[in-house]
Amino acid sequence: MTRALRRRLAAFLHRHAGVRLSLLLSAPMLWLGVAYLGALAALFLSALWSTDTFTGDLVKEVTWANFQELLTAEVYRTITLRSVGVAAAVTLIDLVIAFPMAFAMAKLASPRAQRWLVIAVLTPLWASYLVKAYAWRVLLSSDGVLGWGYGLTATVITLSYLWLPYMILPIYAGLERLPNSLLEAAGDLGARGWRTFRTVVWPLAFPAVIAGSIFTFSLSLGDYITVKIVGGRSQLIGNVVYDNIGAAGNLPFAAAVATVPVVIMLVYLAAVRRTGALENL
Amino acid sequence: MSDPAVRLCGLRKSFGGVHAVTGVDLDIADGEFFAMLGPSGSGKTTVLRMIAGFEAPTSGTVELGGADVTRLAPFERDVNTVFQDYALFPHMDVLGNVEYGLRVKRVPRAERRGRALAALASVRLEGYERRRPGQLSGGQRQRVALARALVNRPRVLLLDEPLGALDLKLREEMQVELKSIQREVGITFLFVTHDQEEALTMSDRVAVFNEGRIEQVGTPAEVYERPATAFVASFVGTSNLISGEAAQAVLGKEGTFSVRPEKLRVAALGDPVDGAEHSATGTVSEVVYAGPATRFVVELDAGGRLIALQQNLQVSSMDVTGLRGTRVRLVWQRRHEFAIVP
Ligand SMILES: Nc1ncnc2c1ncn2[C@@H]1O[C@H](COP(=O)(O)OP(=O)(O)O)[C@@H](O)[C@H]1O
Ligand SMILES: [Mg+2]
Repeated sequence: MTRALRRRLAAFLHRHAGVRLSLLLSAPMLWLGVAYLGALAALFLSALWSTDTFTGDLVKEVTWANFQELLTAEVYRTITLRSVGVAAAVTLIDLVIAFPMAFAMAKLASPRAQRWLVIAVLTPLWASYLVKAYAWRVLLSSDGVLGWGYGLTATVITLSYLWLPYMILPIYAGLERLPNSLLEAAGDLGARGWRTFRTVVWPLAFPAVIAGSIFTFSLSLGDYITVKIVGGRSQLIGNVVYDNIGAAGNLPFAAAVATVPVVIMLVYLAAVRRTGALENL
Repeated sequence: MSDPAVRLCGLRKSFGGVHAVTGVDLDIADGEFFAMLGPSGSGKTTVLRMIAGFEAPTSGTVELGGADVTRLAPFERDVNTVFQDYALFPHMDVLGNVEYGLRVKRVPRAERRGRALAALASVRLEGYERRRPGQLSGGQRQRVALARALVNRPRVLLLDEPLGALDLKLREEMQVELKSIQREVGITFLFVTHDQEEALTMSDRVAVFNEGRIEQVGTPAEVYERPATAFVASFVGTSNLISGEAAQAVLGKEGTFSVRPEKLRVAALGDPVDGAEHSATGTVSEVVYAGPATRFVVELDAGGRLIALQQNLQVSSMDVTGLRGTRVRLVWQRRHEFAIVP
């Protein structure tokens, strides 16, 4: 490109903010549109197909049979409830651990200590997921250090450990943005620690808590590896999807099961939206 | 006499190696409008924060109304603060902000509402009860912060550069308003500013801060007309110092002396000088015409320079600008010159 042309292009872009914005956003929009929403649509579409019982071939005719089975069979309802329970427990545990940690990081630590603490929270993310899950398998095994054995509790513990940074970091960022003078103002007006927390810190950090909970909740809901490693015989939604893709070779049913966490997340987001937390995100 | 509203004794504060406050002793009387004036970094905010309880002194004590509160938490002290950034709670409306302190103190609902509305009325914010802080202008936020503090009827109100974020016109309006509110409620106001004009126009007394200590305490007139140190002379108003050999030659005495620019009369070389006056000859090096007055910079024959401010009673810019380079005699009353600590 010649210099003059380049300059004319730059001037054009400068004058047309809309064009500039759409050029900048085109790559992410394309990604969102094609890769993400497209995949979701494909997922939903294939959930309406079925497989031939004898040959195992894909039958590309629309049928609601998969969803019917999903809604009527007792076992799937139990697994769904169990998965939601696990995700909720993981979110709650992470919140209880993360909030005080994030508060100490953002408001009590010196700027130097703050940097180190952020790095300390991030480092576990550099290690492989499998390594960490197997480390917990060793810890939890009945002849291991903790020796609590495998099962749902072990799954919740391991998932809470794995997703904790995803809860700490948004809350840390939210509290970091909260001006210290607001906490001082509450104290100045007579509020003690707990009251300041309840009336100032918590309401203002709530959007960050929601952001963190979306991570921990959805990551837990989609997990199928941890539960295989430390879950004993327990099954979660993720396992059902995985088993139907692999062993059973029933891709349409796997797709139908996979829509369940998507729907649950949509319901969760809608519920969160009603609290108004998303507006301040 | 009753105990002072605030008494600071030997107050010091260091942050690691930084000595922010290096020994402050101060009494502030009940009902006073008191200003702490000083350049940025001179320790004013740190003193205010130690009175509010946000910062613990390294040594020294803070007394409020005769009681030692040095070790008490902010919520145990009968003071309230108007923060520099106002620190309004963004998730509460104006009424929620103003009622906060009363709610914490479990004031019954009806009384709470009544007092909050009265406080909002006193800062002329009726009708804004349901607005969020984000929907207010800077001046309105400032007044909400004031109402939120005043509604608690503290013994002392602390204000940290409360007008700093406002534009000039609004600032001048709020200066008058703050003063009249203080007169109305009768609460002691302790007010931090780096703006000497603001300190002089608003306060009953001023403490001038420099490098963590107080250089002078006095009424605005005392601080302005009789600065105790060279720092005060230069920070409050224009520094006009005669020292060393010039002092010997012009005044016939040792030391450093200060005369304010508006006390100097620019006269012709041969003009008579009476016994109550002093004078010095020199050359005009600069003339600045500024509408109502003109500023003359005069290099003294004896050494040093003085600035003289003359009202433009009869003259216009055409007359004065031609005076650059001429020789003049500066004349002043002896009672307007003061010895200061260099
Ligand atoms: N929390 C702090 N940590 C370290 N140094 C501080 C702290 N607060 C104030 N200082 C230092 O103390 C000195 C006085 O500050 P301050 O009281 O804010 O002055 P002023 O309000 O007069 O501008 C400054 O040098 C400032 O950098
Ligand atoms: Mg300050």
